[in-house]
Amino acid sequence: MAQIFHRSTNFISRFTLFSGLFLVGLALLVLGAIARSPYLTNQNIAREQPVQFSHKHHVGDDGIDCRYCHTSVETSAYAGIPPTKTCMNCHSVLFSNAEYLEPVRESFRTGKSIQWVKVHRMPDYVYFNHSIHINKGVGCSSCHGQVNQMPLVWQASPLLMNWCLDCHRNPEAVLRPREQVFNMDWKAPADQAEIGRALATEYKLRTTAELVSCSTCHR
Amino acid sequence: MSSANSVPPFRRVAPVLEPGHTYASVTEKISSIVLSRPAGTGWYLAFTLAFGLVMMLGMALAYLIAKGTGIWGINIPVGWGFAIVNFVWWIGIGHAGTLISAILLLLNQKWRTSINRFAEAMTIFAVMCAGIFPLIHTGRPWLAYYMLPYPSTMGVWPQFRSPLIWDVFAVSTYFTVSLLFWFVGLIPDLATLRDRAHSRLAQQLYGILAMGWRGSARHWHRYQSAYLLLAGLATPLVVSVHTVVSFDFAIAIVPGWHTTIFPPYFVAGAIYSGFAMVLTLAIPLRKIYGLEDFITMRHLENMAKVMLATGLIVAYGYAMEFFMSYYGGSKFETFLAHNRLTGPYWPFYWALILCNLVVPQLLWFHKVRVHVPTLFLLSLVVNVGMWLERFVIVVISLHRDFMPSAWGMYAPTFWDWATYIGTLGMFLALLLLFVRALPVISIAEMRELVAHTSEEQK
Amino acid sequence: MGAEGHRHEHRGGEEPEVKHDAHDPCTEELGSRVYSLDLAAIRERLAKSTGKEYWRSLEELSGNPHFEELLHREFPRQASEWDESVDRRDFLKLMAASLALAGLSGCGRKPEETIVPYVNQPAGMTPGKPQYYATAMPLGADAIGLLVESHEGRPTKIEGNPDHPGSLGATNAFAQASILGLYDPDRSQVLTYLGEIRAWSSFLESAVATAPMLKATGGAGLRILTGSVTSPTLAAQLRALLAQYPQAKWHQWETAGSDGAREGGKLAFGRYVNTVYRPAKANVIVSLDSDFLGSGPGHVRYAKEFFRRRKLSGEHAEMSRLYVLEPTPSVTGAVADHSIPMKASDVGLFARALAAKLGLGGSASVPAEREKLLEAAAADLQKHRGASFVIAGEYQPAEVHALAHAINQALLNAAAGGTVYYTEPVEMQPVNHLESLRELCADMDAGRVDTLLILGGNPVYDAPHDLDFVSKLKKARLSFHLSQYFDETSEYCQWHIPEAHYLESWSDVRAFDGTASVVQPLIAPLYQGKTAHDVIGAFSDKPGLSSYERVRNTWVGGHTEKDWRKWLHDGVIGGTAFAPMAITSKWNPASLLPAKPAPADQLEFIFRPDPSVYDGRFANNGWLQELPKPVSKLTWDNAALVSPKTAEKLGLTHRAAWTGGEHGQILSDVVDVDLAGSKVTAAAWTLPGQADGVVTLPLGYGRSKSGQTGTNKGFNAYVVRASTGIWCATGGTLRKTGLEYPLACTQYHHNMEGRELVRSASLDEYKHNPNFAHKGAEEPPKELTLYKEFAYPGYAWGMAIDLASCNGCNACVVACVSENNIAIVGKDQVMRGREMHWIRIDRYYEGSLDSPETFFQPVPCQQCENAPCEQVCPVGATLHSAEGLNDMVYNRCVGTRYCSNNCPYKVRRFNFLRFQDWETPALKLMRNPEVTVRSRGVMEKCTYCVQRINNARIEVEKENRPIRDGEIVTACEAACPAEAIVFGNANDPKSRVAKLKAQQRNYTILAELNARPRTTYLAAVRNPNPELEKPGTPPGDKR
Repeated sequence: MAQIFHRSTNFISRFTLFSGLFLVGLALLVLGAIARSPYLTNQNIAREQPVQFSHKHHVGDDGIDCRYCHTSVETSAYAGIPPTKTCMNCHSVLFSNAEYLEPVRESFRTGKSIQWVKVHRMPDYVYFNHSIHINKGVGCSSCHGQVNQMPLVWQASPLLMNWCLDCHRNPEAVLRPREQVFNMDWKAPADQAEIGRALATEYKLRTTAELVSCSTCHR
Repeated sequence: MSSANSVPPFRRVAPVLEPGHTYASVTEKISSIVLSRPAGTGWYLAFTLAFGLVMMLGMALAYLIAKGTGIWGINIPVGWGFAIVNFVWWIGIGHAGTLISAILLLLNQKWRTSINRFAEAMTIFAVMCAGIFPLIHTGRPWLAYYMLPYPSTMGVWPQFRSPLIWDVFAVSTYFTVSLLFWFVGLIPDLATLRDRAHSRLAQQLYGILAMGWRGSARHWHRYQSAYLLLAGLATPLVVSVHTVVSFDFAIAIVPGWHTTIFPPYFVAGAIYSGFAMVLTLAIPLRKIYGLEDFITMRHLENMAKVMLATGLIVAYGYAMEFFMSYYGGSKFETFLAHNRLTGPYWPFYWALILCNLVVPQLLWFHKVRVHVPTLFLLSLVVNVGMWLERFVIVVISLHRDFMPSAWGMYAPTFWDWATYIGTLGMFLALLLLFVRALPVISIAEMRELVAHTSEEQK
Repeated sequence: MGAEGHRHEHRGGEEPEVKHDAHDPCTEELGSRVYSLDLAAIRERLAKSTGKEYWRSLEELSGNPHFEELLHREFPRQASEWDESVDRRDFLKLMAASLALAGLSGCGRKPEETIVPYVNQPAGMTPGKPQYYATAMPLGADAIGLLVESHEGRPTKIEGNPDHPGSLGATNAFAQASILGLYDPDRSQVLTYLGEIRAWSSFLESAVATAPMLKATGGAGLRILTGSVTSPTLAAQLRALLAQYPQAKWHQWETAGSDGAREGGKLAFGRYVNTVYRPAKANVIVSLDSDFLGSGPGHVRYAKEFFRRRKLSGEHAEMSRLYVLEPTPSVTGAVADHSIPMKASDVGLFARALAAKLGLGGSASVPAEREKLLEAAAADLQKHRGASFVIAGEYQPAEVHALAHAINQALLNAAAGGTVYYTEPVEMQPVNHLESLRELCADMDAGRVDTLLILGGNPVYDAPHDLDFVSKLKKARLSFHLSQYFDETSEYCQWHIPEAHYLESWSDVRAFDGTASVVQPLIAPLYQGKTAHDVIGAFSDKPGLSSYERVRNTWVGGHTEKDWRKWLHDGVIGGTAFAPMAITSKWNPASLLPAKPAPADQLEFIFRPDPSVYDGRFANNGWLQELPKPVSKLTWDNAALVSPKTAEKLGLTHRAAWTGGEHGQILSDVVDVDLAGSKVTAAAWTLPGQADGVVTLPLGYGRSKSGQTGTNKGFNAYVVRASTGIWCATGGTLRKTGLEYPLACTQYHHNMEGRELVRSASLDEYKHNPNFAHKGAEEPPKELTLYKEFAYPGYAWGMAIDLASCNGCNACVVACVSENNIAIVGKDQVMRGREMHWIRIDRYYEGSLDSPETFFQPVPCQQCENAPCEQVCPVGATLHSAEGLNDMVYNRCVGTRYCSNNCPYKVRRFNFLRFQDWETPALKLMRNPEVTVRSRGVMEKCTYCVQRINNARIEVEKENRPIRDGEIVTACEAACPAEAIVFGNANDPKSRVAKLKAQQRNYTILAELNARPRTTYLAAVRNPNPELEKPGTPPGDKR
């Protein structure tokens, strides 16, 4: 009676068995990678905005302080997006007829808000509070990156939960003196470890256990 | 195995294999069921029914995912209903398979030979049915992967103190090992089928599954050792799986759950129901496919004895629960015992006692053990009884626990039933397919048996 | 009616119809007898619904967006999606879910969102920081001062105003729930004339058009119908209008108002007066069927004073004593030291006897079994002359009030500085409302009424049926109706004007002691609502003014802008409280005609505003509908309440159904009530503590034209309420129909099964053994656990609940619902035991079935130290926080419900279906942005308002100081008028909560489980009169 299988089948079967295992492993790795990739986290993707507002120009070149626009960053959960009025404070005189500022003027005329595209998006069940981070010596650039070098703002950090936890578990690594909080170019000094620890005690940082309690961020 | 004439003449012990069988006849008889014998209208009718039920299961699950677990009868306080009852019940049924194949193999019980194959199949299918429930009973099944320990982007891990996590491991391991064990056992037979199959397609399919088995001495050697190893692996699982399942309850503080007797008592119960299910399957099987020679009265009677034994352990469990609830003096436990006997769910409890304690005592009588129809009925009764036991444990304990102000009642809805009956259909469908596609009895091992018995005959 | 009918079936808390829905999987579980009743009801309804059809089709024509939205909504608002077939959206969800099952969930890309900043940011507001505004909520002849939390201009939460005498910082259930009332999408949203949508301007025209004719006749045909008016501005406007048209008349009809109190004052003093009580100064209080702690003018204030007077602490162990005689159990009776069930008519006799006993003349005898009580009460009052008072119930007739006044006078309680004082009436125009309405009806009948303005109220629904308001209303040539809903009355008026909610309007109002507040709006009218000021203004000679100007003009005369701002800020207009009047009663009880005792064999029917929906005005408020009524624990329905004895006599029963059962669906006998020549079919309910032979018919239900939530719930007691027996009627019959009706009861089981959940003692026992709460209690050592102790270097949040103070008023429950975005689930789901309240108030009885002692026990999450829930959650969705809370992480929860099974206190709530309303835009505005809105399949529970804790902590950490005691107030604590709930840092021995926990009365429930809850209870202490032995039969299962 004729052979059912050709000799080669031996190899094929072995190959399929092992490559099958290999592929499964690979698939898992890929899934893990995708979940952390900018494709899903939106990290490092500059967003088009209705107005080509450049932080690089306003902060980097003109040296305007963050708080001039983001007024409530020290007092409220939200940093606050400036009302059109704030733009017009200057642009009623500067570039007062630049065509690319028309949306701003229009908004001011019509009373219709400019609809900015949200760059840093937290899930609704996360209750992030800007003011407390600012007051405890976490600098803007620690999370937002060097905004002063961003023509269009992109999300500098993955904003994944384990990214949050990295800090909450070890805040010393990023703490800086309060007066440095708004300094976009601040770089961690060599002895950040000690400095951080010192600041943590000075600013009465809560214990790690408290900082990683669920209800610290989720309600 | 002691030979037949060593027992007193007035009590003839049935042989594990009726005399007069040769290698050829065994092989022919078993493989023909798969290869030559036509399915027959009976099979088609049964399969149609089973498949219909599977479709119903599909609908029930779709509706469940669309709407949420609220379509069931569960509520606060009774947060677990049919889903968990059925889960535990199915897992329990699975046990007999592994027990027969693994433990009895290690104990070198020859009578296991002709029943282990479909008992194992039953195990696998039962665990598949069981596996559905823990997943779908959650409010958000699509997040079930939160229960797996892997480095997630959330930087948090499962909560390892929870028995539900242990379940995930226990059940998946159990399933994997059982499947391997079953498959390894099948390999020689698959080869036999490959060689006997007529159609090219069948030859190739069986061929692929047979993984190039040629029956050489080396093959046999490796096969034996692998099989033994797996048996060794499977044995602790028989105990561990249901022990872990019992932890789901024993770890909790709910009166009626919070008791240390649960692990042994669950395992015994599992084997009890498992053997009942094997009987429920074996009896029709041997009738329909004329396997009385292979699945002899000896088998049935032995299984009946195992049932009797495990049934008594279960009975002891019930007794202990009661003793403890009074002797322990906790007012909650005492109330629970009282509530079981006389509370709104008393019919369930008493039905349970009837099915699991009273009726099986008939098995003390040899006449009953060898009277096939009665045995069949008995096995059904025990299956029902064990399901009731799980219902009693889950529902009666929860519906009146600590705060009288929060007491409630549980009543299954249409969807509870649809899901449960659906899994029964799935179980049946898989079995029917199995019967048609694979040898229901291990040909290879039967051949060995032929050898043994022929020696005994001499 | 097809589509419409279908949508009805899916409505939240829908009762009968649901039961015959083809999709309903629970159909088989319900007795067929239930259908027959329902189907009958439905047929009847359909028969009645032609008019409705008419209006709707018009709305349709008009393309009213709200109506469109109604049509296209697939899920009922604020309700479960229980019995819907899988529709398109479900199918999509299903696909999504199955994708998710394929392991792709969470891998979806986040959709893009936009940020919409202000163009000009309002001064003084910071995005993300709530602001608080003071205002006041008018209700009947009273008002309660409020502080309203507003997020970016959206009012989201009501708090009491500490500066307001009617609140002192506390609120009640109605005030808390009024937030939902504001956003309710069922409120009428368009001004209509004969059902056609009209502009406000066209209304103004037609109003002006009436002027010439009115001038000609001096307003002879003009009638104005209002409720009790406590707004000085509105009253001034009305008076001005009447001055302008001398022939016009102003009528008042407040259906739940108290003619008895008004006329009683008149009887005693010869003039209308307002009576103010000072429970804080009273050692002995005798309530003649008065629910002064739970309803009526000033009840929040009275509760505060009363319970402050009774707070026990180590050094202070004195309490006042409260006697309550009442026909039907109230929250006041529930906390009384002696609550005596007594027919409403017998209360009058008792009052006479009491007066006689105190030597005020007159004569009356009480039945022998009451003699002892009479003696004791009289003696007690005598002993505490000047430091006691007798208070008559709002629904008692005039002479009882007169007697109460007389007694208080005689006992010098009304003397200067006493416990009672009299002031000018709070109502701007006190009249006998029944007579006023009768007069109006007569005029309309005689065709004397040409133009009728109905400002608020719903007379077609709630007027006494024998006045036959509807047919007479039809005779009025031109009728205007101002109301928040297009209700029964609107259907019969040509003009319907949507009324602005009090949170949308400028107005003013006087509270129980006369204190005036400015009602200021928190938000511009959502649905084009208008105020009574606007409507009256339209007919006046100066229609132009806005409500704001009118209110301002009323008050600023002679005051500065600064004062005005201060009033707005404080929520109180300083110095407007009425001064006590020095008046004495010349009336002699002896002058009363001899009373004729009610024939004992006859049933007495009494009417009461429902504790949840009041007179029916809150019928469409889902929060209140789902609120378990304080004593009966019924939701979504009213029922004819009878005493156990009476129930036995009439053979009335109810039984737990298989679904829900002891905590959920109860099948109750249906009865036909035949009274004053008209009939109503009601479900009967047996209530321990109800007086024998008394049938209570709660008002406010059976609305035929409310919103989606309120229509066709319960039975309409107004149908049998005649002007001859407004509050109490005899001569009726109550017949068992043999049908059963499913009621949703959240606590059917009255018995503690010997588990000592509530512990109580009399004051004497307490003095004798302050540690009574721990007698024989099993409290295992805290080391008895495998897990290691948590250390709390910082805060350790805890709560103490004083059972001596809780009167089960439900304010906390609604406050919690409002603060934490808790969904309502509808009657069908409550019947399955799936209500979502994070704090429930358990009610237990002790003593005899007929006059038991009642105890309330609020049960929020106990925040255990060894939390059983934490150990069993497989995914760590509920974990111990570093400050001892059992955190609940909704986004992590997969919904195994294991935690709930393992929770001995059963305080966890599960989203079995998608209970939250994710569609209705208006309701999105209402939600508290500080709390996650939970989705389907997620467990939820009380977290001590962790959002408040976090926000407070963030603020103090910025100021670099610790959190002060009392700085964090949980929603329930803030709302509680009795100050029964105290939250704080248990680590700080000086905190209020730590002090309470240090008391010997402090105990934990189910201590033997060693879960070691953070929420502890202070055992109840009552102060019964030693002369009267307690009704002391052992507690038994009340079924």
